[in-house]
Amino acid sequence: MYAWTLIVVLLMVMALAYHLGRKRAIASAGGVTQINTLHSLPSYYGLYAAIWAGLPALLLMGLWFGFQDQIVTSLVTANLPAEMLDGQSSGRVGLILNDIKNLATGNIVSATVTPEVQAAADQYARLARIANWAMWLAVLAVAVGGMAYAWLRTEPQMRARNRVESIFKFIMITFSSIAILTTLGIVLSVVFESFRFFQMISPLEFFLGTNWSPQIALRADQVGASGAFGAIPLFTGTLMVSLIAMLVAVPIGLMSAIYLAEYAPRNVRSIAKPVIEVLAGIPTVVYGFFAALTVAPLIRDLGALAGLNVASESALAAGLVMGIMIIPFVSSLSDDVINAVPQSMRDGSYALGATQSETIRRVIIPAALPGIVGGILLAVSRAIGETMIVVMAAGLSANLTANPLDSVTTVTVQIVTLLTGDQEFDSAKTLAAFALGLTLFLVTLVLNVIALSIVRKYREQYE
Amino acid sequence: MNITVDEMEKMTGAMSSAELASERHSRTTVGDFTAADPRMTCRNVDVWYGSKQAINGVSLDIGKNEVVSMIGPSGCGKSTFLRCLNRMNDTIDGCRVTGSIQLDGQEIYDKSLDPVPLRAQVGMVFQKPNPFPKSIYENVAYGPRIHGLTNSKAELDELVESSLEKAGLWKEVKDRLDQPGTGLSGGQQQRLCIARTIAVSPEVILMDEPCSALDPIATAIIEELIDELRANYSIAIVTHSMQQAARVSQRTAYFHLGDLIEVGETNQIFTNPQHRLTEDYITGRFG
Amino acid sequence: MSKPTLNAPQAPVRRTIDIVNASLKRRHAQERRFRRIGAIAVALGLAFVVLLFADIVGKGYTAFQQTYLQLPIELSAEKIDPAGTREPETLSTADYMAPIRAALRQQFPEVTERRELRQLYSMVSVGAPQFLREQVMENPDLIGTTQEVWVLADDDIDMLVKGQIDRHAPEESRRVNDRMLGWVEHLEEQGRIEKRFNTIFFTQGTSREPELAGIAGALMGSFYTLLLTLILSFPIGVGAALYLEEFAPKNRWTDLIEVNVNNLAAVPSIVFGLLGLAVFIGFFGAPRSTPLVAALVMTLMTLPTIIIASRVALKSVPPSIREAALGVGASPLQTQFHHVLPLALPGMLTGAIIGMARALGETAPLLMIGMIAFIVDIPSGFTDAATVLPVQIFLWADSPERGFVERTSAAIIVLLAFLFLMNLVAVLLRRRFERRW
Repeated sequence: MYAWTLIVVLLMVMALAYHLGRKRAIASAGGVTQINTLHSLPSYYGLYAAIWAGLPALLLMGLWFGFQDQIVTSLVTANLPAEMLDGQSSGRVGLILNDIKNLATGNIVSATVTPEVQAAADQYARLARIANWAMWLAVLAVAVGGMAYAWLRTEPQMRARNRVESIFKFIMITFSSIAILTTLGIVLSVVFESFRFFQMISPLEFFLGTNWSPQIALRADQVGASGAFGAIPLFTGTLMVSLIAMLVAVPIGLMSAIYLAEYAPRNVRSIAKPVIEVLAGIPTVVYGFFAALTVAPLIRDLGALAGLNVASESALAAGLVMGIMIIPFVSSLSDDVINAVPQSMRDGSYALGATQSETIRRVIIPAALPGIVGGILLAVSRAIGETMIVVMAAGLSANLTANPLDSVTTVTVQIVTLLTGDQEFDSAKTLAAFALGLTLFLVTLVLNVIALSIVRKYREQYE
Repeated sequence: MNITVDEMEKMTGAMSSAELASERHSRTTVGDFTAADPRMTCRNVDVWYGSKQAINGVSLDIGKNEVVSMIGPSGCGKSTFLRCLNRMNDTIDGCRVTGSIQLDGQEIYDKSLDPVPLRAQVGMVFQKPNPFPKSIYENVAYGPRIHGLTNSKAELDELVESSLEKAGLWKEVKDRLDQPGTGLSGGQQQRLCIARTIAVSPEVILMDEPCSALDPIATAIIEELIDELRANYSIAIVTHSMQQAARVSQRTAYFHLGDLIEVGETNQIFTNPQHRLTEDYITGRFG
Repeated sequence: MSKPTLNAPQAPVRRTIDIVNASLKRRHAQERRFRRIGAIAVALGLAFVVLLFADIVGKGYTAFQQTYLQLPIELSAEKIDPAGTREPETLSTADYMAPIRAALRQQFPEVTERRELRQLYSMVSVGAPQFLREQVMENPDLIGTTQEVWVLADDDIDMLVKGQIDRHAPEESRRVNDRMLGWVEHLEEQGRIEKRFNTIFFTQGTSREPELAGIAGALMGSFYTLLLTLILSFPIGVGAALYLEEFAPKNRWTDLIEVNVNNLAAVPSIVFGLLGLAVFIGFFGAPRSTPLVAALVMTLMTLPTIIIASRVALKSVPPSIREAALGVGASPLQTQFHHVLPLALPGMLTGAIIGMARALGETAPLLMIGMIAFIVDIPSGFTDAATVLPVQIFLWADSPERGFVERTSAAIIVLLAFLFLMNLVAVLLRRRFERRW
């Protein structure tokens, strides 16, 4: 918790800087009566000093947190006896380092503690302590230095307000760039790891192979020792579950949007619409629980009654529940686009003697079609990327099947399975998750871009 | 109808001059509101939007092969009255119509009367051209299709062509029937809407300021068209332009704050109005 | 014919109205059918909501009670505190299971065989001694007396008493055999079995034993995660929205940001988990399974929501306010901070609450960053290993014990209650401050 103390101390330094800067400005102008000779209000001089005291120090602290661990770790690694590292995969080294860190912080250690590891852990703890103290010193020094700089710069001619404002603007620009940094971070992290994966497994095998069994055997003589990374069964599984979901969500969502927008009396609409939208606010893990414990057994029992052999983790159960989840998504987007169709279209149709349903089917839906299609594409991208429902209710076995009563697995399920639990960062098994993640990201990105541009074009048409 | 002048003033929120108020209270319409060969007959029609009265005891006939124009200042109820004639007001919440409106002797506000065939007989053209976002052909074919008026593609083609012909649009669009109706110019769009209305062979056509969104040239074309259509249809047209009323109509009705003030031969209304309000409006003293 | 039809007029259009009238019946039937389909769709949507809630509540409400057995327990001084010092050290290390077992034997003296005894002992929870210890340490005067103590029952007994294990089912298909059933019924007759409010569920961390498992650890984990997420994402989101809406020049860079914000809002959440794993844990070496990393990931996830909501709020402030402020000589930034922001703040807060509600229910990305570790301790900071409520639900849902089903459902009820509360606050906030310009 030292970091939080430091932040509190830093905030106090900033408050002090504000106070001093303000007083200094008033004094430099020649007292309270003379403050109109200042360029800006005294509080801006105070803010200026506070920013100089706080911002560089905070930045330094952030950098320190970001890189302290890496530096300390590399120092410790360099000091480890060479025979511990020789001939070990980088994954093993990672595990050893993990042990050292756990030992140093007093956590549970997986392996037996050798003297070398103990020594390294002691060194790690020592270095971390030193680094911590050094950070305190450095951060406070920078804070005080910044305050002093602002103090020296304070004079009546200084354009304190403009400076403060340009700093604020700069901060806002930085904040808005975080969106780009996030995308960049996503792309870099998945692309980089996927690249390493594709060095081990050819992309051809990954995208066209039909056999998926990523478990790499511990001993070379075990069956399936190499693991197989043909992702086609995952893609078909994902598609099937999404398709079932859309078959549930699109008709129900669209028809209920139409009914609520065109037919329902106002009081029915004002109750039914928010109630259906409640479905959108329920966490996916709840749907997963519902699918796994209620819907899947129900479908299995019904299937047994009908003499069908239904897997206990059938694609149908996961797809049905995912469809329920997506209903409000489809219905609220459809509601938006249906309401965007101008009343004059309806009037034109009624004036020709069309009934309400003829108007809806032949005029409103065709007019709203681009918007509806855009909404459905967004929903599809939702379904493809949905994780918890399929993790809990779809299976793990990568069957290449077209039978919705069978168990299938999906891209997201496999990402979760491959990455949960202890992992070696460099095995093909772990990296495969990133290759799947890259595929998922690209597919949903393309769907989203197309959908958003269709919806935007549609909106412009009636604006 | 025991509404005081003051309440009426409050509700409509216009015309506070005491002089006007006392005059508008004389609710009897000046002139003869009947037609020689009536197609639609309206007697003592009141229209309410919730608790607000928009039309006040209007009686008016629309005769065969004639154009009746309705003029008056904004908010006088002429559009509301027009929308009563094919029950388009049904789509507005809280709108209530009393009195008698008959089409060929049949009460159209009868509880059990179906508005669908009524609207097939009484077509409507709106203020703003509102072609469907479909092709030109499909726009015209829409009415015949929903009513099942034709039995074959050839018949439908013929009907589309003759409707566009009657609307004076055929020459301009015959080579691009499959293009969207929304791509036409404003005047063409309005003629497309007229063609669409004609395609279901109505007996009465209602036009709600059909030229207000159009330029003078397009307006002139539409006005000519209205004159031609008179041969086969009865037409009621709401217009803001007195010149237009004078050019296209045989009879003119002047509306004021929900009352029908004066009806008569168009010539007579514009040259020799009987009522002060009519005269004031026509001479441009207000409105 | 009673129904009035429009008279067919004289030529030339006689045909049209006849055709129209002839097809009316079919068309109106079609209309009714269409309308009915719509009504069915709405009814289905509503039915799903009701079904979901009924299912969860039906499964979960029993978990708010827990079965206890009343046993006369002899807290003999020789066993617990032979030296008679009453030192906390001795008291806390004493064996409290033995007196409970003795009390059980005393209730059923006929049980002597080893296997049967083991079954008898299994009726109380393995956690029962811990609670007895707490009672004794709180009040050392109990030592040397025999007390009627309510002892925590095992989850199988709990399930049986709550009726979730069918007593009339054949013996081999139920987890509690006939002998144990007999003991339970004997105790019930004596009024020694009671269901009490389940405080353990709200005060304890998770456990392998259903009767000892609680959501306190997960709740605290969620609390720390959300707190940090809010601290990070709200200022960043508002700053970004302010810049994009009010200051940004229309150029490539801001276009790029716009597109990015909109697309990030639709990126699958699990991809954010991959980002967190690769960047925060893999690259920066942040500690796994902690609210810190979870909050960093959640911040990136909720930012688009907050930015979009904040921009809408800023848009709804009429330009006249800005013109008025600029007109009296305020700088653009002063205009924003003194006049526009205060007016837009309720809308921004609403967006933030909705973003937080979504973060509270989010599970998938947290699986990637190791929040699924089995952590019994209740976290007390941002860098303690922790789990969060939805992940706890996921973990419990995977457990085979019958007792975890009701606890999972109960945890879901708690989660939904929090979500409901947050959305309620957002709605009230919006209604309270909604302004029509």
